[in-house]
Amino acid sequence: MRDVIIIGSGPAGFTAAIYAARAELQPMLVASSVEVGGELMNTTEVENFPGFPDGIMGPELMGKMQAQAERFGTEVVYDDVVKLELEGDVKRVTLGSGDVHEARTVIYATGSAYRKLGLPEEDRLSGHGLSWCATCDGFFFKAKEIAVVGGGDSAMEEATFLTRFASKVYIIHRREELRASKIMQQRAFDDPKIEFIWNSEIAAIQGADAVTGVTLRDTVTGAERELPLEGLFVAIGNDPRVHLVHGQLDLTDEGTVAVQGRSSKTSLPGVFAAGDVLDPTYRQAVTAAGSGTVAALDAEHYLAAHADAPASPETEFAVVN
Amino acid sequence: MTARAVDQSTFEQEVLNNSKTVMVDFWAEWCGPCRAVSPILDQIATEHSDKLDIVKLNVDENPQLAMKYQITSIPAMKVFQQGEVVKTVIGAKPKPALEADLAAYLA
Repeated sequence: MRDVIIIGSGPAGFTAAIYAARAELQPMLVASSVEVGGELMNTTEVENFPGFPDGIMGPELMGKMQAQAERFGTEVVYDDVVKLELEGDVKRVTLGSGDVHEARTVIYATGSAYRKLGLPEEDRLSGHGLSWCATCDGFFFKAKEIAVVGGGDSAMEEATFLTRFASKVYIIHRREELRASKIMQQRAFDDPKIEFIWNSEIAAIQGADAVTGVTLRDTVTGAERELPLEGLFVAIGNDPRVHLVHGQLDLTDEGTVAVQGRSSKTSLPGVFAAGDVLDPTYRQAVTAAGSGTVAALDAEHYLAAHADAPASPETEFAVVN
Repeated sequence: MTARAVDQSTFEQEVLNNSKTVMVDFWAEWCGPCRAVSPILDQIATEHSDKLDIVKLNVDENPQLAMKYQITSIPAMKVFQQGEVVKTVIGAKPKPALEADLAAYLA
Protein backbone atom coordinates (compact mmCIF):
# COMPACT_ATOMS: atom_id res chain seq x y z
CA MET A 1 0.00 0.00 0.00
CA ARG A 2 1.12 3.50 -0.79
CA ASP A 3 1.06 6.61 1.34
CA VAL A 4 -0.39 8.83 -1.33
CA ILE A 5 -1.93 8.58 -4.79
CA ILE A 6 -2.44 11.81 -6.70
CA ILE A 7 -5.09 11.92 -9.41
CA GLY A 8 -4.53 14.58 -12.03
CA SER A 9 -1.53 15.97 -13.89
CA GLY A 10 -2.09 19.70 -14.08
CA PRO A 11 -0.24 22.28 -11.96
CA ALA A 12 -2.12 21.13 -8.82
CA GLY A 13 -1.31 17.44 -9.28
CA PHE A 14 2.35 17.89 -10.18
CA THR A 15 2.97 20.44 -7.41
CA ALA A 16 1.36 18.10 -4.88
CA ALA A 17 3.66 15.39 -6.26
CA ILE A 18 6.77 17.57 -5.87
CA TYR A 19 5.94 18.22 -2.21
CA ALA A 20 4.84 14.66 -1.45
CA ALA A 21 7.93 13.21 -3.14
CA ARG A 22 10.25 15.58 -1.27
CA ALA A 23 8.51 14.46 1.93
CA GLU A 24 9.59 10.94 0.89
CA LEU A 25 6.04 9.72 0.50
CA GLN A 26 6.90 8.15 -2.89
CA PRO A 27 3.66 9.26 -4.53
CA MET A 28 2.04 7.67 -7.51
CA LEU A 29 0.48 10.22 -9.85
CA VAL A 30 -2.23 9.02 -12.20
CA ALA A 31 -1.84 11.40 -15.12
CA SER A 32 -4.62 10.18 -17.46
CA SER A 33 -4.01 8.57 -20.83
CA VAL A 34 -4.67 11.41 -23.24
CA GLU A 35 -4.81 14.58 -21.14
CA VAL A 36 -1.44 14.48 -19.43
CA GLY A 37 -0.50 17.98 -18.29
CA GLY A 38 -4.08 19.19 -18.18
CA GLU A 39 -5.50 22.38 -19.55
CA LEU A 40 -2.20 24.18 -20.06
CA MET A 41 -1.26 21.64 -22.73
CA ASN A 42 -3.69 23.34 -25.08
CA THR A 43 -2.53 26.87 -24.41
CA THR A 44 0.28 28.81 -26.02
CA GLU A 45 2.29 31.40 -24.13
CA VAL A 46 1.83 31.53 -20.34
CA GLU A 47 2.80 35.05 -19.23
CA ASN A 48 1.62 35.10 -15.62
CA PHE A 49 3.45 32.18 -14.04
CA PRO A 50 6.06 33.69 -11.69
CA GLY A 51 9.66 32.91 -12.53
CA PHE A 52 9.30 33.11 -16.29
CA PRO A 53 9.70 36.82 -17.13
CA ASP A 54 9.75 36.13 -20.86
CA GLY A 55 6.76 33.78 -20.70
CA ILE A 56 6.79 30.06 -21.26
CA MET A 57 4.75 27.79 -23.52
CA GLY A 58 2.06 25.88 -21.61
CA PRO A 59 3.26 22.41 -22.66
CA GLU A 60 6.85 23.30 -21.77
CA LEU A 61 5.81 24.50 -18.31
CA MET A 62 3.94 21.26 -17.70
CA GLY A 63 6.91 19.22 -18.93
CA LYS A 64 9.11 21.03 -16.42
CA MET A 65 6.64 20.43 -13.56
CA GLN A 66 6.53 16.73 -14.40
CA ALA A 67 10.32 16.51 -14.58
CA GLN A 68 10.56 18.19 -11.17
CA ALA A 69 8.01 15.76 -9.66
CA GLU A 70 9.83 12.76 -11.17
CA ARG A 71 13.22 13.99 -10.02
CA PHE A 72 12.17 13.38 -6.41
CA GLY A 73 10.68 9.96 -7.06
CA THR A 74 7.10 10.46 -8.21
CA GLU A 75 5.87 7.51 -10.24
CA VAL A 76 3.74 8.82 -13.13
CA VAL A 77 1.16 6.40 -14.53
CA TYR A 78 -0.40 7.14 -17.92
CA ASP A 79 -3.86 5.74 -17.36
CA ASP A 80 -7.31 6.93 -16.39
CA VAL A 81 -8.98 6.35 -13.06
CA VAL A 82 -12.27 4.56 -13.63
CA LYS A 83 -13.30 3.99 -10.02
CA LEU A 84 -12.47 5.43 -6.61
CA GLU A 85 -13.32 3.92 -3.25
CA LEU A 86 -12.51 6.61 -0.73
CA GLU A 87 -14.13 5.55 2.53
CA GLY A 88 -12.16 3.92 5.32
CA ASP A 89 -8.44 3.91 6.06
CA VAL A 90 -7.47 2.24 2.79
CA LYS A 91 -8.43 4.05 -0.41
CA ARG A 92 -8.73 2.01 -3.61
CA VAL A 93 -8.00 3.47 -7.04
CA THR A 94 -9.01 1.41 -10.08
CA LEU A 95 -7.37 2.23 -13.41
CA GLY A 96 -8.57 1.70 -16.98
CA SER A 97 -6.10 -1.19 -17.26
CA GLY A 98 -7.96 -2.95 -14.43
CA ASP A 99 -5.07 -2.47 -11.99
CA VAL A 100 -6.17 -1.56 -8.48
CA HIS A 101 -3.87 0.53 -6.29
CA GLU A 102 -4.29 1.13 -2.58
CA ALA A 103 -3.22 4.15 -0.58
CA ARG A 104 -3.70 5.74 2.81
CA THR A 105 -4.39 9.12 1.23
CA VAL A 106 -5.69 10.37 -2.09
CA ILE A 107 -5.17 13.83 -3.52
CA TYR A 108 -7.94 14.52 -6.00
CA ALA A 109 -6.80 17.10 -8.58
CA THR A 110 -8.75 16.30 -11.71
CA GLY A 111 -9.34 19.91 -12.73
CA SER A 112 -12.26 20.89 -14.87
CA ALA A 113 -13.68 20.13 -18.29
CA TYR A 114 -14.79 22.52 -21.02
CA ARG A 115 -18.36 23.63 -20.61
CA LYS A 116 -20.63 22.90 -23.54
CA LEU A 117 -23.16 25.32 -24.99
CA GLY A 118 -25.97 22.87 -24.32
CA LEU A 119 -27.39 22.92 -27.85
CA PRO A 120 -28.80 19.79 -29.52
CA GLU A 121 -26.63 20.25 -32.66
CA GLU A 122 -23.45 20.51 -30.60
CA ASP A 123 -22.34 16.89 -30.72
CA ARG A 124 -23.12 16.53 -34.42
CA LEU A 125 -21.05 19.59 -35.40
CA SER A 126 -18.26 19.03 -32.91
CA GLY A 127 -15.08 18.63 -34.93
CA HIS A 128 -16.86 19.97 -38.00
CA GLY A 129 -16.34 23.65 -37.45
CA LEU A 130 -17.23 23.59 -33.76
CA SER A 131 -14.14 23.39 -31.61
CA TRP A 132 -12.91 23.63 -28.01
CA CYS A 133 -9.21 23.84 -28.87
CA ALA A 134 -7.93 26.87 -30.79
CA THR A 135 -4.33 25.70 -30.76
CA CYS A 136 -5.37 22.36 -32.28
CA ASP A 137 -7.83 23.55 -34.88
CA GLY A 138 -7.05 27.19 -35.70
CA PHE A 139 -4.82 26.06 -38.57
CA PHE A 140 -7.86 24.81 -40.51
CA PHE A 141 -9.54 28.21 -40.56
CA LYS A 142 -7.09 30.13 -42.71
CA ALA A 143 -8.72 33.18 -44.29
CA LYS A 144 -12.11 32.22 -42.83
CA GLU A 145 -14.61 34.12 -40.72
CA ILE A 146 -15.00 32.52 -37.33
CA ALA A 147 -16.17 33.35 -33.82
CA VAL A 148 -15.17 32.69 -30.24
CA VAL A 149 -17.87 32.49 -27.58
CA GLY A 150 -16.92 33.69 -24.11
CA GLY A 151 -15.62 36.66 -22.16
CA GLY A 152 -12.79 35.35 -20.02
CA ASP A 153 -9.04 35.11 -20.48
CA SER A 154 -9.37 31.84 -22.38
CA ALA A 155 -11.73 33.43 -24.90
CA MET A 156 -9.42 36.44 -25.38
CA GLU A 157 -6.36 34.22 -25.77
CA GLU A 158 -8.11 31.97 -28.27
CA ALA A 159 -9.44 34.90 -30.29
CA THR A 160 -6.04 36.60 -30.39
CA PHE A 161 -4.35 33.34 -31.37
CA LEU A 162 -6.94 32.63 -34.07
CA THR A 163 -6.22 35.94 -35.83
CA ARG A 164 -3.01 34.28 -37.06
CA PHE A 165 -5.18 32.20 -39.35
CA ALA A 166 -8.67 33.64 -39.71
CA SER A 167 -9.58 36.72 -41.73
CA LYS A 168 -12.05 37.80 -39.05
CA VAL A 169 -12.72 36.73 -35.49
CA TYR A 170 -15.92 37.73 -33.71
CA ILE A 171 -16.01 37.49 -29.93
CA ILE A 172 -19.56 36.73 -28.85
CA HIS A 173 -20.24 37.56 -25.23
CA ARG A 174 -23.50 37.46 -23.31
CA ARG A 175 -22.76 40.58 -21.28
CA GLU A 176 -21.45 44.07 -22.00
CA GLU A 177 -18.20 43.74 -20.13
CA LEU A 178 -15.49 41.12 -20.03
CA ARG A 179 -14.29 38.93 -17.18
CA ALA A 180 -10.85 38.70 -18.81
CA SER A 181 -7.78 40.43 -17.37
CA LYS A 182 -7.17 43.98 -18.60
CA ILE A 183 -4.07 43.08 -20.61
CA MET A 184 -5.87 40.29 -22.46
CA GLN A 185 -8.89 42.54 -23.10
CA GLN A 186 -6.71 45.32 -24.47
CA ARG A 187 -4.90 42.93 -26.78
CA ALA A 188 -8.24 41.83 -28.20
CA PHE A 189 -9.59 45.42 -28.45
CA ASP A 190 -6.44 46.50 -30.32
CA ASP A 191 -6.58 43.65 -32.83
CA PRO A 192 -7.98 44.86 -36.16
CA LYS A 193 -9.27 41.38 -37.03
CA ILE A 194 -11.35 41.06 -33.84
CA GLU A 195 -14.87 42.42 -33.57
CA PHE A 196 -16.93 42.18 -30.40
CA ILE A 197 -20.58 41.21 -30.40
CA TRP A 198 -21.92 42.21 -26.99
CA ASN A 199 -25.00 41.07 -25.09
CA SER A 200 -25.44 38.05 -27.30
CA GLU A 201 -25.66 34.32 -26.88
CA ILE A 202 -25.77 31.44 -29.32
CA ALA A 203 -29.37 30.30 -29.80
CA ALA A 204 -28.52 27.75 -32.49
CA ILE A 205 -25.70 26.59 -34.73
CA GLN A 206 -26.43 26.11 -38.43
CA GLY A 207 -24.92 23.54 -40.72
CA ALA A 208 -25.73 20.05 -41.94
CA ASP A 209 -22.22 18.60 -42.20
CA ALA A 210 -20.20 21.59 -41.03
CA VAL A 211 -20.81 24.89 -39.31
CA THR A 212 -22.19 27.53 -41.69
CA GLY A 213 -23.39 30.09 -39.15
CA VAL A 214 -25.08 30.78 -35.87
CA THR A 215 -28.29 32.30 -34.64
CA LEU A 216 -27.51 35.03 -32.14
CA ARG A 217 -29.98 36.01 -29.46
CA ASP A 218 -29.71 39.45 -27.88
CA THR A 219 -29.60 38.87 -24.12
CA VAL A 220 -31.31 42.23 -23.46
CA THR A 221 -34.04 42.43 -26.11
CA GLY A 222 -34.37 38.75 -27.02
CA ALA A 223 -34.11 39.64 -30.72
CA GLU A 224 -32.52 37.00 -32.93
CA ARG A 225 -30.31 37.38 -35.98
CA GLU A 226 -28.16 35.19 -38.20
CA LEU A 227 -24.39 35.42 -38.48
CA PRO A 228 -22.63 33.40 -41.19
CA LEU A 229 -19.49 31.67 -39.88
CA GLU A 230 -17.24 28.81 -40.86
CA GLY A 231 -15.95 28.08 -37.40
CA LEU A 232 -17.07 28.47 -33.81
CA PHE A 233 -14.71 28.13 -30.85
CA VAL A 234 -16.29 27.71 -27.43
CA ALA A 235 -14.60 29.16 -24.34
CA ILE A 236 -17.51 29.75 -21.96
CA GLY A 237 -15.92 28.27 -18.89
CA ASN A 238 -15.32 24.95 -17.23
CA ASP A 239 -17.06 22.55 -14.92
CA PRO A 240 -15.21 20.69 -12.17
CA ARG A 241 -14.57 17.02 -12.92
CA VAL A 242 -16.27 15.40 -9.97
CA HIS A 243 -17.83 12.33 -11.62
CA LEU A 244 -15.44 9.96 -9.80
CA VAL A 245 -16.37 11.30 -6.37
CA HIS A 246 -20.12 11.83 -6.74
CA GLY A 247 -21.88 10.39 -3.73
CA GLN A 248 -18.58 10.06 -1.85
CA LEU A 249 -17.38 13.61 -1.25
CA ASP A 250 -19.49 16.62 -0.30
CA LEU A 251 -19.75 19.19 -3.08
CA THR A 252 -20.44 22.91 -2.96
CA ASP A 253 -23.43 24.63 -4.59
CA GLU A 254 -21.08 25.47 -7.46
CA GLY A 255 -20.36 21.79 -7.98
CA THR A 256 -16.76 21.91 -6.78
CA VAL A 257 -15.38 19.59 -4.10
CA ALA A 258 -16.13 21.07 -0.67
CA VAL A 259 -13.10 21.56 1.58
CA GLN A 260 -12.69 22.75 5.15
CA GLY A 261 -11.66 26.40 5.37
CA ARG A 262 -8.35 27.16 3.68
CA SER A 263 -7.29 23.50 3.87
CA SER A 264 -7.63 20.79 1.23
CA LYS A 265 -9.55 18.47 3.56
CA THR A 266 -12.65 17.01 1.99
CA SER A 267 -15.60 15.45 3.79
CA LEU A 268 -13.71 12.14 4.02
CA PRO A 269 -10.60 11.65 6.19
CA GLY A 270 -7.47 11.02 4.14
CA VAL A 271 -8.95 12.49 0.97
CA PHE A 272 -7.65 15.88 -0.11
CA ALA A 273 -8.55 18.05 -3.08
CA ALA A 274 -6.43 20.48 -5.06
CA GLY A 275 -6.69 22.84 -8.00
CA ASP A 276 -9.64 23.78 -10.19
CA VAL A 277 -11.76 20.90 -8.90
CA LEU A 278 -12.25 22.82 -5.64
CA ASP A 279 -11.92 26.34 -6.99
CA PRO A 280 -14.87 28.02 -8.69
CA THR A 281 -13.25 31.45 -8.47
CA TYR A 282 -9.55 31.89 -9.23
CA ARG A 283 -8.63 28.98 -11.50
CA GLN A 284 -5.07 30.01 -12.32
CA ALA A 285 -2.05 27.77 -12.90
CA VAL A 286 -0.32 29.36 -9.95
CA THR A 287 -3.30 29.14 -7.57
CA ALA A 288 -3.71 25.49 -8.59
CA ALA A 289 -0.02 24.91 -7.85
CA GLY A 290 -0.44 26.56 -4.42
CA SER A 291 -3.48 24.42 -3.79
CA GLY A 292 -1.45 21.31 -4.68
CA THR A 293 1.09 22.32 -2.07
CA VAL A 294 -1.64 22.64 0.57
CA ALA A 295 -2.98 19.18 -0.29
CA ALA A 296 0.45 17.53 -0.07
CA LEU A 297 1.14 19.16 3.31
CA ASP A 298 -2.30 18.18 4.60
CA ALA A 299 -1.73 14.61 3.44
CA GLU A 300 1.68 14.57 5.11
CA HIS A 301 0.19 15.76 8.41
CA TYR A 302 -2.61 13.22 8.18
CA LEU A 303 -0.13 10.41 7.58
CA ALA A 304 2.02 11.55 10.51
CA ALA A 305 -1.04 11.56 12.77
CA HIS A 306 -2.04 8.08 11.58
CA ALA A 307 1.46 6.61 11.60
CA ASP A 308 0.49 3.65 13.78
CA ALA A 309 -0.05 1.40 10.76
CA PRO A 310 3.10 1.56 8.60
CA ALA A 311 3.02 0.32 5.04
CA SER A 312 4.75 -2.96 4.34
CA PRO A 313 8.27 -2.20 3.02
CA GLU A 314 8.21 -4.61 0.08
CA THR A 315 5.22 -2.96 -1.61
CA GLU A 316 6.39 0.47 -0.58
CA PHE A 317 9.73 0.20 -2.34
CA ALA A 318 9.06 -2.27 -5.12
CA VAL A 319 7.42 0.35 -7.31
CA VAL A 320 10.10 3.04 -7.15
CA ASN A 321 12.99 2.08 -9.40
CA MET B 1 5.32 -0.61 -33.57
CA THR B 2 5.12 3.00 -34.62
CA ALA B 3 2.41 3.78 -37.12
CA ARG B 4 4.20 4.74 -40.37
CA ALA B 5 3.89 8.12 -41.99
CA VAL B 6 2.19 8.65 -45.32
CA ASP B 7 2.15 11.78 -47.46
CA GLN B 8 0.71 13.19 -50.65
CA SER B 9 2.93 10.97 -52.82
CA THR B 10 2.23 7.69 -50.99
CA PHE B 11 -1.39 8.24 -49.96
CA GLU B 12 -2.93 6.54 -52.99
CA GLN B 13 -0.74 3.48 -52.69
CA GLU B 14 -0.78 3.14 -48.91
CA VAL B 15 -4.35 4.19 -48.18
CA LEU B 16 -6.67 4.25 -51.18
CA ASN B 17 -5.29 1.08 -52.80
CA ASN B 18 -4.60 -0.74 -49.54
CA SER B 19 -6.27 -4.15 -49.57
CA LYS B 20 -6.54 -4.03 -45.78
CA THR B 21 -8.69 -1.71 -43.72
CA VAL B 22 -6.52 1.29 -42.98
CA MET B 23 -6.92 4.13 -40.49
CA VAL B 24 -5.31 7.49 -41.18
CA ASP B 25 -4.39 9.64 -38.18
CA PHE B 26 -4.46 13.28 -39.31
CA TRP B 27 -2.14 15.08 -36.89
CA ALA B 28 0.32 17.94 -36.39
CA GLU B 29 3.31 18.64 -34.21
CA TRP B 30 1.65 21.67 -32.55
CA CYS B 31 -1.45 19.70 -31.52
CA GLY B 32 -1.08 18.52 -27.91
CA PRO B 33 -3.94 16.00 -28.01
CA CYS B 34 -2.44 14.53 -31.22
CA ARG B 35 0.83 13.85 -29.45
CA ALA B 36 -1.06 12.40 -26.50
CA VAL B 37 -3.06 9.94 -28.57
CA SER B 38 -0.17 8.90 -30.83
CA PRO B 39 1.31 6.20 -28.53
CA ILE B 40 -2.17 4.74 -28.04
CA LEU B 41 -2.60 4.43 -31.80
CA ASP B 42 0.81 2.75 -31.98
CA GLN B 43 -0.39 0.22 -29.39
CA ILE B 44 -3.61 -0.47 -31.26
CA ALA B 45 -1.62 -0.82 -34.49
CA THR B 46 0.63 -3.40 -32.85
CA GLU B 47 -2.15 -5.37 -31.20
CA HIS B 48 -4.36 -5.47 -34.29
CA SER B 49 -1.82 -5.46 -37.11
CA ASP B 50 -3.60 -8.40 -38.78
CA LYS B 51 -6.90 -6.48 -39.01
CA LEU B 52 -6.11 -2.80 -39.24
CA ASP B 53 -3.29 -0.80 -40.79
CA ILE B 54 -2.69 2.53 -39.03
CA VAL B 55 -0.81 5.34 -40.75
CA LYS B 56 -0.14 8.98 -39.86
CA LEU B 57 -0.59 12.00 -42.06
CA ASN B 58 0.95 15.32 -41.05
CA VAL B 59 -1.59 18.02 -41.98
CA ASP B 60 1.04 20.76 -41.90
CA GLU B 61 3.04 19.04 -44.61
CA ASN B 62 0.03 17.76 -46.55
CA PRO B 63 -2.60 20.51 -46.46
CA GLN B 64 -4.22 19.40 -49.74
CA LEU B 65 -5.18 16.04 -48.26
CA ALA B 66 -6.40 17.69 -45.05
CA MET B 67 -8.59 19.93 -47.18
CA LYS B 68 -9.80 17.08 -49.39
CA TYR B 69 -11.00 15.15 -46.35
CA GLN B 70 -12.46 18.31 -44.76
CA ILE B 71 -10.37 18.14 -41.63
CA THR B 72 -11.20 21.01 -39.27
CA SER B 73 -10.27 19.40 -35.98
CA ILE B 74 -7.39 17.16 -35.01
CA PRO B 75 -6.57 14.53 -34.08
CA ALA B 76 -8.97 13.17 -36.71
CA MET B 77 -8.84 9.46 -37.42
CA LYS B 78 -10.47 8.21 -40.59
CA VAL B 79 -10.95 4.55 -41.41
CA PHE B 80 -10.74 3.68 -45.13
CA GLN B 81 -12.00 0.55 -46.88
CA GLN B 82 -11.49 0.22 -50.66
CA GLY B 83 -10.53 3.86 -50.80
CA GLU B 84 -13.69 5.13 -49.08
CA VAL B 85 -14.01 6.68 -45.63
CA VAL B 86 -16.19 4.39 -43.54
CA LYS B 87 -15.64 5.85 -40.08
CA THR B 88 -14.37 9.07 -38.54
CA VAL B 89 -13.24 9.50 -34.95
CA ILE B 90 -12.38 13.00 -33.76
CA GLY B 91 -10.38 13.90 -30.67
CA ALA B 92 -7.91 12.18 -28.39
CA LYS B 93 -9.59 9.47 -26.36
CA PRO B 94 -8.39 6.84 -23.90
CA LYS B 95 -7.54 3.47 -25.40
CA PRO B 96 -10.73 1.64 -24.31
CA ALA B 97 -12.87 4.42 -25.84
CA LEU B 98 -10.95 4.30 -29.13
CA GLU B 99 -11.17 0.52 -29.22
CA ALA B 100 -14.91 0.79 -28.69
CA ASP B 101 -15.21 3.30 -31.55
CA LEU B 102 -13.17 1.04 -33.81
CA ALA B 103 -14.63 -2.27 -32.60
CA ALA B 104 -16.10 -3.13 -36.01
CA TYR B 105 -12.64 -2.92 -37.63
CA LEU B 106 -10.63 -4.66 -34.92
CA ALA B 107 -12.65 -7.85 -34.53
